[in-house]
Amino acid sequence: MLYGEVDEESRPGFERVNWQSIASELRAQVVELSHQAKAAHLASSLSCVDILAVLYESVMNLKEDDPGWSERDRFILSKGHAAAALYAVLARKNILTDVQLDSYGQEGSLLEEHPSPRLVGIEAATGSLGHGLAIGNGIALGARIQGRQFGAYVLLSDGECNEGATWEAALFASRHQLTNLCAIVDFNKWQATGRSQEVLAIDPLADKWRAFGWEVEEVDGHDHEQLEVKLRIRSDKVPRILVAHTVKGKGISFMEDDNNWHYRIPTSEEVHLARVELGLK
Amino acid sequence: MRNAFARAVTSAAARRPEVVLLAGDIGNRLFDEYKERYPDRFYNCGVAEAGMTGIAGGLAATGLHPITYTITPFNTVRCLEQIRLDICYPNYPALIVGTGSGLSYAGLGATHHSMEDIGLMRMLPNMHVVCPGDAIEVEMALEAAIGVKGPVYLRLGKKGEPQVHLSPPVFEIGKGIVLRRGEKIAILGVGNMLPVAVEVADRVDNFGVKPTLISFHTIKPLDGDLLEDLFSNCQRIAVIEEHGLAGGAGSAILEWANERNLDASKVSRFGVKDAFLTGYGNQSEARRLLGLDGEAIFDALKGYL
Repeated sequence: MLYGEVDEESRPGFERVNWQSIASELRAQVVELSHQAKAAHLASSLSCVDILAVLYESVMNLKEDDPGWSERDRFILSKGHAAAALYAVLARKNILTDVQLDSYGQEGSLLEEHPSPRLVGIEAATGSLGHGLAIGNGIALGARIQGRQFGAYVLLSDGECNEGATWEAALFASRHQLTNLCAIVDFNKWQATGRSQEVLAIDPLADKWRAFGWEVEEVDGHDHEQLEVKLRIRSDKVPRILVAHTVKGKGISFMEDDNNWHYRIPTSEEVHLARVELGLK
Repeated sequence: MRNAFARAVTSAAARRPEVVLLAGDIGNRLFDEYKERYPDRFYNCGVAEAGMTGIAGGLAATGLHPITYTITPFNTVRCLEQIRLDICYPNYPALIVGTGSGLSYAGLGATHHSMEDIGLMRMLPNMHVVCPGDAIEVEMALEAAIGVKGPVYLRLGKKGEPQVHLSPPVFEIGKGIVLRRGEKIAILGVGNMLPVAVEVADRVDNFGVKPTLISFHTIKPLDGDLLEDLFSNCQRIAVIEEHGLAGGAGSAILEWANERNLDASKVSRFGVKDAFLTGYGNQSEARRLLGLDGEAIFDALKGYL
Protein backbone atom coordinates (compact mmCIF):
# COMPACT_ATOMS: atom_id res chain seq x y z
CA MET A 1 0.00 0.00 0.00
CA LEU A 2 1.34 3.42 -0.92
CA TYR A 3 1.53 6.07 1.74
CA GLY A 4 -1.72 7.89 2.19
CA GLU A 5 -3.86 5.04 0.87
CA VAL A 6 -6.27 4.29 3.64
CA ASP A 7 -8.27 1.21 4.39
CA GLU A 8 -10.79 3.03 6.57
CA GLU A 9 -12.53 -0.14 7.81
CA SER A 10 -9.33 -1.40 9.40
CA ARG A 11 -8.98 1.53 11.77
CA PRO A 12 -12.01 1.60 14.02
CA GLY A 13 -12.10 4.30 16.65
CA PHE A 14 -10.40 6.89 14.50
CA GLU A 15 -12.08 9.73 12.75
CA ARG A 16 -12.03 9.46 9.00
CA VAL A 17 -9.16 11.61 7.89
CA ASN A 18 -8.18 11.94 4.27
CA TRP A 19 -4.50 11.76 4.96
CA GLN A 20 -3.48 11.56 1.33
CA SER A 21 -5.15 14.82 0.50
CA ILE A 22 -3.79 16.57 3.60
CA ALA A 23 -0.26 15.32 2.99
CA SER A 24 -0.32 16.25 -0.69
CA GLU A 25 -1.50 19.77 0.05
CA LEU A 26 1.17 20.20 2.71
CA ARG A 27 3.86 18.88 0.38
CA ALA A 28 2.82 21.24 -2.38
CA GLN A 29 2.91 24.12 0.07
CA VAL A 30 6.38 23.17 1.29
CA VAL A 31 7.68 23.02 -2.29
CA GLU A 32 6.09 26.39 -3.04
CA LEU A 33 7.55 27.94 0.14
CA SER A 34 11.04 26.74 -0.76
CA HIS A 35 10.70 28.19 -4.25
CA GLN A 36 9.20 31.47 -3.13
CA ALA A 37 11.71 32.12 -0.32
CA LYS A 38 14.64 30.47 -2.11
CA ALA A 39 15.07 28.49 1.08
CA ALA A 40 17.02 25.23 1.28
CA HIS A 41 16.23 22.02 3.19
CA LEU A 42 13.24 21.14 1.03
CA ALA A 43 13.93 17.41 1.04
CA SER A 44 14.40 17.41 4.83
CA SER A 45 10.99 19.07 5.16
CA LEU A 46 9.29 16.59 2.83
CA SER A 47 10.56 13.61 4.80
CA CYS A 48 8.77 14.71 7.98
CA VAL A 49 5.52 16.16 6.60
CA ASP A 50 3.51 13.03 7.43
CA ILE A 51 4.80 12.87 11.00
CA LEU A 52 3.94 16.53 11.57
CA ALA A 53 0.51 16.15 9.98
CA VAL A 54 -0.43 13.21 12.20
CA LEU A 55 0.86 14.91 15.36
CA TYR A 56 -1.05 18.14 14.76
CA GLU A 57 -4.19 16.66 13.18
CA SER A 58 -4.75 13.71 15.40
CA VAL A 59 -2.36 13.13 18.30
CA MET A 60 -1.53 16.28 20.23
CA ASN A 61 -3.92 17.87 22.68
CA LEU A 62 -4.38 21.40 21.31
CA LYS A 63 -7.11 24.02 21.43
CA GLU A 64 -8.16 25.11 17.97
CA ASP A 65 -8.72 28.75 18.83
CA ASP A 66 -6.08 29.17 21.55
CA PRO A 67 -2.60 28.27 20.29
CA GLY A 68 -1.02 29.51 23.53
CA TRP A 69 -3.30 27.37 25.74
CA SER A 70 -1.18 26.62 28.81
CA GLU A 71 -2.08 22.91 28.94
CA ARG A 72 -1.37 22.17 25.26
CA ASP A 73 0.97 19.37 24.30
CA ARG A 74 4.25 20.86 23.12
CA PHE A 75 5.96 20.03 19.85
CA ILE A 76 9.63 20.79 19.31
CA LEU A 77 11.05 20.61 15.83
CA SER A 78 14.55 19.76 16.95
CA LYS A 79 15.52 19.38 13.28
CA GLY A 80 14.78 23.08 12.89
CA HIS A 81 15.87 23.14 9.25
CA ALA A 82 12.48 21.58 8.37
CA ALA A 83 10.76 24.79 9.49
CA ALA A 84 8.80 25.09 6.22
CA ALA A 85 6.99 21.83 6.95
CA LEU A 86 6.11 23.05 10.43
CA TYR A 87 4.90 26.42 9.13
CA ALA A 88 2.65 24.69 6.59
CA VAL A 89 1.13 22.50 9.31
CA LEU A 90 0.71 25.44 11.70
CA ALA A 91 -1.06 27.38 8.96
CA ARG A 92 -3.35 24.42 8.32
CA LYS A 93 -4.25 24.46 12.02
CA ASN A 94 -4.82 28.25 11.87
CA ILE A 95 -2.03 28.78 14.38
CA LEU A 96 -0.41 30.84 11.62
CA THR A 97 -2.49 32.92 9.24
CA ASP A 98 -2.14 32.52 5.49
CA VAL A 99 -0.74 36.05 5.39
CA GLN A 100 1.96 35.01 7.86
CA LEU A 101 2.70 31.89 5.84
CA ASP A 102 3.07 33.97 2.69
CA SER A 103 5.58 36.19 4.46
CA TYR A 104 8.04 33.28 4.72
CA GLY A 105 11.43 34.43 3.50
CA GLN A 106 10.41 38.06 3.19
CA GLU A 107 12.23 40.89 4.90
CA GLY A 108 11.04 41.40 8.47
CA SER A 109 9.00 38.18 8.61
CA LEU A 110 8.97 36.21 11.85
CA LEU A 111 8.96 33.08 9.69
CA GLU A 112 12.68 32.56 9.33
CA GLU A 113 14.38 29.56 7.77
CA HIS A 114 14.70 28.11 11.26
CA PRO A 115 11.89 28.54 13.80
CA SER A 116 12.00 31.44 16.25
CA PRO A 117 10.35 31.31 19.68
CA ARG A 118 9.03 34.82 19.05
CA LEU A 119 6.45 33.27 16.75
CA VAL A 120 3.26 31.95 18.36
CA GLY A 121 3.19 28.17 18.00
CA ILE A 122 6.97 27.75 18.16
CA GLU A 123 8.16 26.27 21.44
CA ALA A 124 11.93 26.57 21.02
CA ALA A 125 14.64 28.11 18.87
CA THR A 126 15.98 25.17 16.93
CA GLY A 127 18.26 24.79 13.97
CA SER A 128 21.46 24.35 15.85
CA LEU A 129 21.08 20.60 16.17
CA GLY A 130 21.03 18.66 19.42
CA HIS A 131 19.02 21.15 21.49
CA GLY A 132 15.46 19.88 21.21
CA LEU A 133 15.50 16.70 23.24
CA ALA A 134 16.90 18.35 26.38
CA ILE A 135 14.29 21.10 26.08
CA GLY A 136 11.67 18.36 25.74
CA ASN A 137 13.06 16.83 28.94
CA GLY A 138 12.55 20.13 30.73
CA ILE A 139 9.00 20.52 29.44
CA ALA A 140 8.05 16.96 30.37
CA LEU A 141 9.68 17.32 33.79
CA GLY A 142 8.03 20.71 34.31
CA ALA A 143 4.63 19.15 33.69
CA ARG A 144 5.36 16.39 36.19
CA ILE A 145 6.64 18.75 38.90
CA GLN A 146 3.51 20.85 38.59
CA GLY A 147 1.12 17.91 38.31
CA ARG A 148 0.00 18.98 34.84
CA GLN A 149 -1.04 16.63 32.06
CA PHE A 150 0.67 17.91 28.94
CA GLY A 151 3.48 16.11 27.18
CA ALA A 152 6.32 16.94 24.82
CA TYR A 153 6.89 15.58 21.32
CA VAL A 154 10.36 16.10 19.88
CA LEU A 155 11.26 15.44 16.25
CA LEU A 156 14.93 14.66 15.64
CA SER A 157 16.84 14.02 12.44
CA ASP A 158 19.19 11.08 12.07
CA GLY A 159 22.04 13.54 11.47
CA GLU A 160 21.14 15.09 14.79
CA CYS A 161 21.96 11.82 16.50
CA ASN A 162 25.60 12.79 15.87
CA GLU A 163 25.26 15.45 18.56
CA GLY A 164 26.51 14.54 22.03
CA ALA A 165 23.82 16.72 23.59
CA THR A 166 21.14 14.43 22.11
CA TRP A 167 22.58 11.53 24.08
CA GLU A 168 22.95 13.58 27.27
CA ALA A 169 19.23 14.21 27.00
CA ALA A 170 18.54 10.55 26.22
CA LEU A 171 20.22 9.54 29.49
CA PHE A 172 18.23 12.00 31.59
CA ALA A 173 14.83 11.15 30.10
CA SER A 174 15.36 7.47 30.73
CA ARG A 175 16.75 7.89 34.25
CA HIS A 176 13.82 10.09 35.24
CA GLN A 177 11.25 7.96 33.42
CA LEU A 178 9.76 10.83 31.47
CA THR A 179 6.78 8.92 30.16
CA ASN A 180 5.16 12.13 28.92
CA LEU A 181 8.04 12.61 26.49
CA CYS A 182 7.88 11.14 23.02
CA ALA A 183 10.70 11.48 20.52
CA ILE A 184 10.59 10.67 16.84
CA VAL A 185 13.63 10.28 14.61
CA ASP A 186 12.97 11.23 11.01
CA PHE A 187 15.35 8.53 9.81
CA ASN A 188 15.77 9.49 6.16
CA LYS A 189 19.28 8.00 6.01
CA TRP A 190 20.90 11.23 4.86
CA GLN A 191 22.55 14.19 6.48
CA ALA A 192 23.84 17.37 4.86
CA THR A 193 26.74 15.91 2.92
CA GLY A 194 26.23 12.18 2.83
CA ARG A 195 24.55 9.02 4.07
CA SER A 196 24.19 9.07 7.84
CA GLN A 197 25.59 5.56 7.83
CA GLU A 198 28.70 6.72 5.95
CA VAL A 199 29.30 9.87 7.99
CA LEU A 200 29.28 8.38 11.48
CA ALA A 201 27.89 4.85 11.14
CA ILE A 202 24.62 5.67 12.84
CA ASP A 203 23.26 2.12 12.64
CA PRO A 204 21.97 0.28 14.54
CA LEU A 205 20.03 3.39 15.55
CA ALA A 206 17.07 1.70 17.24
CA ASP A 207 19.43 -0.45 19.33
CA LYS A 208 21.30 2.65 20.47
CA TRP A 209 18.09 4.12 21.89
CA ARG A 210 17.17 0.77 23.46
CA ALA A 211 20.56 0.68 25.13
CA PHE A 212 19.82 4.11 26.58
CA GLY A 213 16.71 2.72 28.24
CA TRP A 214 14.01 3.96 25.87
CA GLU A 215 11.01 2.07 24.57
CA VAL A 216 11.70 1.98 20.84
CA GLU A 217 9.46 1.18 17.92
CA GLU A 218 10.43 1.26 14.28
CA VAL A 219 7.70 2.59 12.03
CA ASP A 220 7.10 3.67 8.45
CA GLY A 221 7.30 7.44 8.80
CA HIS A 222 4.97 7.91 5.85
CA ASP A 223 2.24 5.54 7.05
CA HIS A 224 -0.27 7.86 8.71
CA GLU A 225 -2.37 5.13 10.30
CA GLN A 226 0.65 3.45 11.83
CA LEU A 227 2.00 6.79 13.06
CA GLU A 228 -1.37 7.63 14.54
CA VAL A 229 -1.49 4.42 16.54
CA LYS A 230 2.12 4.46 17.66
CA LEU A 231 2.27 8.15 18.57
CA ARG A 232 -0.75 7.75 20.87
CA ILE A 233 0.91 5.10 23.03
CA ARG A 234 2.49 6.13 26.31
CA SER A 235 4.62 3.68 28.21
CA ASP A 236 4.04 3.66 31.95
CA LYS A 237 7.74 3.33 32.74
CA VAL A 238 10.08 4.95 30.22
CA PRO A 239 10.13 7.56 27.47
CA ARG A 240 9.21 6.38 23.99
CA ILE A 241 10.91 6.96 20.69
CA LEU A 242 9.72 6.10 17.21
CA VAL A 243 12.52 5.45 14.77
CA ALA A 244 10.56 6.48 11.70
CA HIS A 245 11.96 5.17 8.44
CA THR A 246 11.45 7.89 5.87
CA VAL A 247 12.53 8.92 2.41
CA LYS A 248 14.23 12.26 2.01
CA GLY A 249 12.26 14.30 -0.53
CA LYS A 250 9.27 11.96 -0.14
CA GLY A 251 6.36 12.45 -2.48
CA ILE A 252 8.14 14.10 -5.41
CA SER A 253 9.71 11.46 -7.64
CA PHE A 254 12.63 13.56 -8.82
CA MET A 255 13.53 14.58 -5.26
CA GLU A 256 13.13 11.25 -3.50
CA ASP A 257 16.35 9.98 -1.93
CA ASP A 258 18.41 12.55 -3.87
CA ASN A 259 20.49 14.50 -1.37
CA ASN A 260 21.04 17.37 -3.80
CA TRP A 261 17.65 18.51 -2.58
CA HIS A 262 19.09 19.16 0.84
CA TYR A 263 20.16 22.52 -0.59
CA ARG A 264 18.58 22.85 -4.07
CA ILE A 265 15.77 25.31 -4.64
CA PRO A 266 13.02 24.21 -7.06
CA THR A 267 12.42 26.24 -10.22
CA SER A 268 8.90 27.33 -11.26
CA GLU A 269 8.83 24.41 -13.66
CA GLU A 270 9.77 21.98 -10.90
CA VAL A 271 7.11 23.44 -8.62
CA HIS A 272 4.58 22.79 -11.38
CA LEU A 273 5.81 19.22 -11.94
CA ALA A 274 5.63 18.56 -8.22
CA ARG A 275 2.05 19.80 -8.04
CA VAL A 276 1.06 17.57 -10.94
CA GLU A 277 2.66 14.56 -9.25
CA LEU A 278 0.82 15.38 -6.05
CA GLY A 279 -2.44 15.41 -7.95
CA LEU A 280 -2.93 19.15 -7.58
CA LYS A 281 -3.37 21.70 -10.30
CA MET B 1 30.18 31.82 49.10
CA ARG B 2 28.92 28.41 48.12
CA ASN B 3 27.60 27.62 51.59
CA ALA B 4 25.79 30.96 51.55
CA PHE B 5 24.37 30.00 48.17
CA ALA B 6 23.18 26.63 49.49
CA ARG B 7 21.44 28.34 52.42
CA ALA B 8 19.90 30.99 50.22
CA VAL B 9 18.65 28.60 47.55
CA THR B 10 17.01 26.40 50.19
CA SER B 11 15.25 29.41 51.64
CA ALA B 12 14.25 30.63 48.15
CA ALA B 13 12.75 27.22 47.36
CA ALA B 14 10.66 27.45 50.54
CA ARG B 15 9.12 30.74 49.48
CA ARG B 16 8.95 30.15 45.75
CA PRO B 17 7.38 26.90 44.50
CA GLU B 18 8.62 27.68 40.98
CA VAL B 19 12.29 27.27 41.94
CA VAL B 20 13.94 24.08 40.61
CA LEU B 21 17.61 23.41 41.29
CA LEU B 22 19.68 21.48 38.73
CA ALA B 23 23.24 20.44 39.52
CA GLY B 24 25.93 19.02 37.27
CA ASP B 25 27.05 16.24 39.60
CA ILE B 26 28.79 18.50 42.08
CA GLY B 27 27.88 19.93 45.47
CA ASN B 28 28.13 16.62 47.28
CA ARG B 29 26.26 17.13 50.61
CA LEU B 30 26.01 20.87 49.94
CA PHE B 31 22.34 20.63 49.04
CA ASP B 32 21.34 17.90 51.49
CA GLU B 33 18.84 20.08 53.30
CA TYR B 34 17.35 21.33 50.04
CA LYS B 35 17.07 17.78 48.69
CA GLU B 36 15.43 16.53 51.83
CA ARG B 37 12.83 19.31 51.85
CA TYR B 38 12.15 19.60 48.13
CA PRO B 39 13.06 16.26 46.54
CA ASP B 40 10.88 16.89 43.49
CA ARG B 41 12.64 20.20 42.82
CA PHE B 42 16.25 19.02 42.79
CA TYR B 43 17.82 17.10 39.92
CA ASN B 44 21.38 15.92 39.56
CA CYS B 45 21.67 16.17 35.78
CA GLY B 46 24.94 14.27 35.75
CA VAL B 47 28.14 15.34 34.07
CA ALA B 48 26.13 16.76 31.20
CA GLU B 49 26.08 20.54 31.30
CA ALA B 50 24.60 21.06 27.84
CA GLY B 51 21.79 18.68 28.72
CA MET B 52 21.25 20.39 32.06
CA THR B 53 20.98 23.81 30.44
CA GLY B 54 18.52 22.57 27.82
CA ILE B 55 16.40 21.07 30.61
CA ALA B 56 16.48 24.46 32.32
CA GLY B 57 15.13 26.04 29.13
CA GLY B 58 12.31 23.49 28.98
CA LEU B 59 11.42 23.94 32.65
CA ALA B 60 11.31 27.71 32.20
CA ALA B 61 9.02 27.22 29.20
CA THR B 62 6.48 25.65 31.56
CA GLY B 63 6.63 28.57 34.00
CA LEU B 64 9.20 27.26 36.48
CA HIS B 65 12.34 29.13 37.55
CA PRO B 66 15.33 26.82 37.00
CA ILE B 67 18.74 27.30 38.59
CA THR B 68 21.72 25.46 37.10
CA TYR B 69 24.74 24.94 39.32
CA THR B 70 28.20 23.62 38.59
CA ILE B 71 31.83 24.72 38.32
CA THR B 72 32.09 27.97 36.39
CA PRO B 73 33.85 26.98 33.14
CA PHE B 74 31.57 23.95 32.77
CA ASN B 75 28.44 25.98 33.39
CA THR B 76 29.37 28.76 30.96
CA VAL B 77 31.91 27.88 28.28
CA ARG B 78 30.91 24.23 27.98
CA CYS B 79 27.22 24.90 27.45
CA LEU B 80 27.42 28.38 25.97
CA GLU B 81 25.13 27.64 23.05
CA GLN B 82 22.43 26.14 25.24
CA ILE B 83 22.52 29.28 27.40
CA ARG B 84 22.37 31.41 24.26
CA LEU B 85 19.54 29.63 22.45
CA ASP B 86 17.55 27.71 25.05
CA ILE B 87 17.50 30.47 27.68
CA CYS B 88 18.63 33.90 26.47
CA TYR B 89 16.89 33.94 23.08
CA PRO B 90 13.41 33.25 24.52
CA ASN B 91 14.40 35.48 27.48
CA TYR B 92 13.38 32.93 30.10
CA PRO B 93 13.73 33.60 33.80
CA ALA B 94 16.57 31.26 34.72
CA LEU B 95 19.67 31.46 36.86
CA ILE B 96 23.05 30.13 35.75
CA VAL B 97 25.32 29.77 38.77
CA GLY B 98 29.06 29.32 38.32
CA THR B 99 30.93 28.18 41.41
CA GLY B 100 34.69 28.35 41.87
CA SER B 101 35.05 31.28 39.51
CA GLY B 102 38.26 32.98 38.43
CA LEU B 103 41.22 31.41 40.21
CA SER B 104 39.21 29.90 43.07
CA TYR B 105 40.41 26.48 41.97
CA ALA B 106 43.83 27.70 40.88
CA GLY B 107 45.50 24.49 42.01
CA LEU B 108 43.22 22.33 39.89
CA GLY B 109 44.83 23.73 36.76
CA ALA B 110 43.74 25.71 33.73
CA THR B 111 40.86 23.31 33.03
CA HIS B 112 39.14 24.70 36.15
CA HIS B 113 40.09 28.38 35.83
CA SER B 114 37.49 30.75 34.46
CA MET B 115 38.86 33.82 32.76
CA GLU B 116 36.21 34.12 30.06
CA ASP B 117 32.84 33.69 31.77
CA ILE B 118 32.02 37.34 32.46
CA GLY B 119 32.91 38.25 28.89
CA LEU B 120 30.90 35.43 27.34
CA MET B 121 27.85 35.93 29.53
CA ARG B 122 27.70 39.69 29.03
CA MET B 123 27.82 39.24 25.26
CA LEU B 124 24.52 37.36 25.34
CA PRO B 125 21.42 39.50 24.75
CA ASN B 126 18.95 39.53 27.68
CA MET B 127 21.54 38.16 30.13
CA HIS B 128 22.30 39.86 33.45
CA VAL B 129 25.75 39.32 34.96
CA VAL B 130 26.10 39.48 38.74
CA CYS B 131 29.29 38.86 40.73
CA PRO B 132 28.61 39.09 44.47
CA GLY B 133 31.56 40.17 46.60
CA ASP B 134 31.03 38.16 49.76
CA ALA B 135 28.68 35.65 51.39
CA ILE B 136 26.14 38.30 52.40
CA GLU B 137 26.02 39.62 48.86
CA VAL B 138 25.55 36.07 47.57
CA GLU B 139 22.36 35.65 49.59
CA MET B 140 21.02 39.02 48.54
CA ALA B 141 22.06 38.55 44.91
CA LEU B 142 20.26 35.21 44.71
CA GLU B 143 17.04 36.71 45.98
CA ALA B 144 17.33 39.64 43.58
CA ALA B 145 18.21 37.33 40.67
CA ILE B 146 15.14 35.17 41.16
CA GLY B 147 13.07 38.35 40.96
CA VAL B 148 14.40 39.13 37.47
CA LYS B 149 12.06 38.21 34.61
CA GLY B 150 14.91 37.00 32.45
CA PRO B 151 18.21 35.15 32.59
CA VAL B 152 20.86 35.94 35.20
CA TYR B 153 24.41 34.66 35.50
CA LEU B 154 25.61 34.50 39.11
CA ARG B 155 29.38 34.24 39.52
CA LEU B 156 30.46 32.72 42.82
CA GLY B 157 33.86 32.14 44.40
CA LYS B 158 34.43 29.08 46.57
CA LYS B 159 34.02 28.84 50.33
CA GLY B 160 35.62 30.63 53.23
CA GLU B 161 36.15 34.02 51.58
CA PRO B 162 36.51 36.97 53.98
CA GLN B 163 33.23 38.64 54.88
CA VAL B 164 33.30 42.28 53.80
CA HIS B 165 29.90 43.55 54.86
CA LEU B 166 29.23 43.70 58.59
CA SER B 167 25.50 44.02 57.99
CA PRO B 168 23.36 43.44 54.91
CA PRO B 169 23.81 46.34 52.46
CA VAL B 170 21.15 47.57 50.08
CA PHE B 171 21.52 45.20 47.16
CA GLU B 172 20.02 45.88 43.78
CA ILE B 173 21.09 44.30 40.51
CA GLY B 174 22.64 47.01 38.37
CA LYS B 175 23.59 49.23 41.34
CA GLY B 176 27.10 49.15 42.78
CA ILE B 177 27.48 49.29 46.55
CA VAL B 178 29.53 52.26 47.75
CA LEU B 179 31.42 51.10 50.85
CA ARG B 180 33.52 54.24 51.30
CA ARG B 181 33.25 57.70 49.79
CA GLY B 182 36.59 59.38 49.09
CA GLU B 183 38.24 61.57 46.52
CA LYS B 184 40.56 61.31 43.50
CA ILE B 185 40.57 57.56 43.23
CA ALA B 186 37.86 54.94 43.05
CA ILE B 187 38.56 51.27 43.63
CA LEU B 188 36.04 48.86 42.16
CA GLY B 189 36.15 45.30 43.46
CA VAL B 190 34.40 42.77 41.24
CA GLY B 191 33.02 39.59 42.82
CA ASN B 192 35.53 37.54 44.75
CA MET B 193 38.17 40.30 44.36
CA LEU B 194 36.20 42.57 46.70
CA PRO B 195 38.38 41.64 49.72
CA VAL B 196 41.51 42.50 47.68
CA ALA B 197 39.90 45.82 46.72
CA VAL B 198 39.35 46.48 50.44
CA GLU B 199 43.03 45.81 51.10
CA VAL B 200 44.06 48.14 48.26
CA ALA B 201 41.75 50.84 49.65
CA ASP B 202 43.33 50.44 53.10
CA ARG B 203 46.79 50.84 51.60
CA VAL B 204 45.70 53.94 49.68
CA ASP B 205 44.18 55.32 52.86
CA ASN B 206 47.39 54.68 54.81
CA PHE B 207 49.24 56.52 52.05
CA GLY B 208 47.16 59.58 52.90
CA VAL B 209 44.46 59.55 50.24
CA LYS B 210 40.82 58.73 50.96
CA PRO B 211 39.64 56.37 48.24
CA THR B 212 36.13 55.58 47.10
CA LEU B 213 35.55 51.84 47.49
CA ILE B 214 32.82 50.04 45.61
CA SER B 215 31.50 46.53 45.39
CA PHE B 216 30.92 46.56 41.64
CA HIS B 217 28.85 43.40 41.57
CA THR B 218 26.80 43.87 38.41
CA ILE B 219 28.64 43.87 35.10
CA LYS B 220 25.44 43.83 33.07
CA PRO B 221 23.55 46.07 33.18
CA LEU B 222 26.28 48.50 34.24
CA ASP B 223 25.49 51.08 36.89
CA GLY B 224 25.49 54.12 34.58
CA ASP B 225 24.67 56.64 37.32
CA LEU B 226 27.54 55.48 39.47
CA LEU B 227 30.00 55.41 36.55
CA GLU B 228 28.99 58.93 35.49
CA ASP B 229 29.68 60.11 39.02
CA LEU B 230 33.08 58.38 39.08
CA PHE B 231 34.16 59.65 35.66
CA SER B 232 33.19 63.22 36.72
CA ASN B 233 34.75 63.21 40.15
CA CYS B 234 37.72 60.84 40.11
CA GLN B 235 41.11 61.08 38.46
CA ARG B 236 41.64 57.35 38.54
CA ILE B 237 39.24 54.40 38.43
CA ALA B 238 40.75 51.02 39.29
CA VAL B 239 38.80 47.91 38.35
CA ILE B 240 39.93 44.70 40.03
CA GLU B 241 38.65 41.34 38.82
CA GLU B 242 39.75 37.72 38.77
CA HIS B 243 38.98 37.38 35.07
CA GLY B 244 40.72 37.92 31.76
CA LEU B 245 41.33 41.55 30.87
CA ALA B 246 39.68 40.84 27.53
CA GLY B 247 35.95 41.06 27.92
CA GLY B 248 35.78 41.45 31.67
CA ALA B 249 34.32 44.15 33.90
CA GLY B 250 37.13 46.61 33.14
CA SER B 251 36.62 46.02 29.47
CA ALA B 252 32.87 46.66 29.85
CA ILE B 253 33.61 49.96 31.60
CA LEU B 254 36.02 51.01 28.82
CA GLU B 255 33.29 50.33 26.25
CA TRP B 256 30.78 52.26 28.33
CA ALA B 257 33.13 55.27 28.58
CA ASN B 258 33.99 55.15 24.89
CA GLU B 259 30.33 55.25 23.89
CA ARG B 260 29.95 58.46 25.90
CA ASN B 261 33.19 60.09 24.81
CA LEU B 262 34.47 59.99 28.38
CA ASP B 263 38.16 59.75 29.21
CA ALA B 264 38.71 55.99 29.27
CA SER B 265 42.41 56.51 30.02
CA LYS B 266 41.36 57.15 33.63
CA VAL B 267 40.66 53.44 34.00
CA SER B 268 43.28 51.05 35.35
CA ARG B 269 42.28 47.46 34.80
CA PHE B 270 43.59 44.67 37.00
CA GLY B 271 42.90 41.19 35.71
CA VAL B 272 44.55 38.30 33.94
CA LYS B 273 46.52 38.76 30.76
CA ASP B 274 45.99 36.74 27.60
CA ALA B 275 47.62 33.46 28.66
CA PHE B 276 46.74 30.17 30.30
CA LEU B 277 48.07 29.99 33.83
CA THR B 278 50.11 26.84 34.34
CA GLY B 279 52.26 25.70 37.23
CA TYR B 280 50.82 24.59 40.54
CA GLY B 281 49.76 27.19 43.06
CA ASN B 282 46.80 27.96 45.28
CA GLN B 283 44.58 30.98 44.74
CA SER B 284 46.64 33.47 46.72
CA GLU B 285 49.88 32.22 45.14
CA ALA B 286 48.32 32.53 41.70
CA ARG B 287 47.15 36.05 42.47
CA ARG B 288 50.65 37.05 43.57
CA LEU B 289 52.15 35.51 40.45
CA LEU B 290 49.73 37.51 38.29
CA GLY B 291 50.12 40.80 40.17
CA LEU B 292 46.58 40.54 41.50
CA ASP B 293 47.38 40.84 45.20
CA GLY B 294 46.77 43.98 47.26
CA GLU B 295 50.40 44.99 47.39
CA ALA B 296 51.05 44.71 43.65
CA ILE B 297 47.85 46.56 42.78
CA PHE B 298 48.64 49.35 45.25
CA ASP B 299 52.17 49.67 43.81
CA ALA B 300 50.72 50.00 40.32
CA LEU B 301 48.33 52.73 41.48
CA LYS B 302 50.76 54.68 43.70
CA GLY B 303 51.88 56.91 40.84
CA TYR B 304 48.34 58.27 40.49
CA LEU B 305 47.94 59.28 44.13
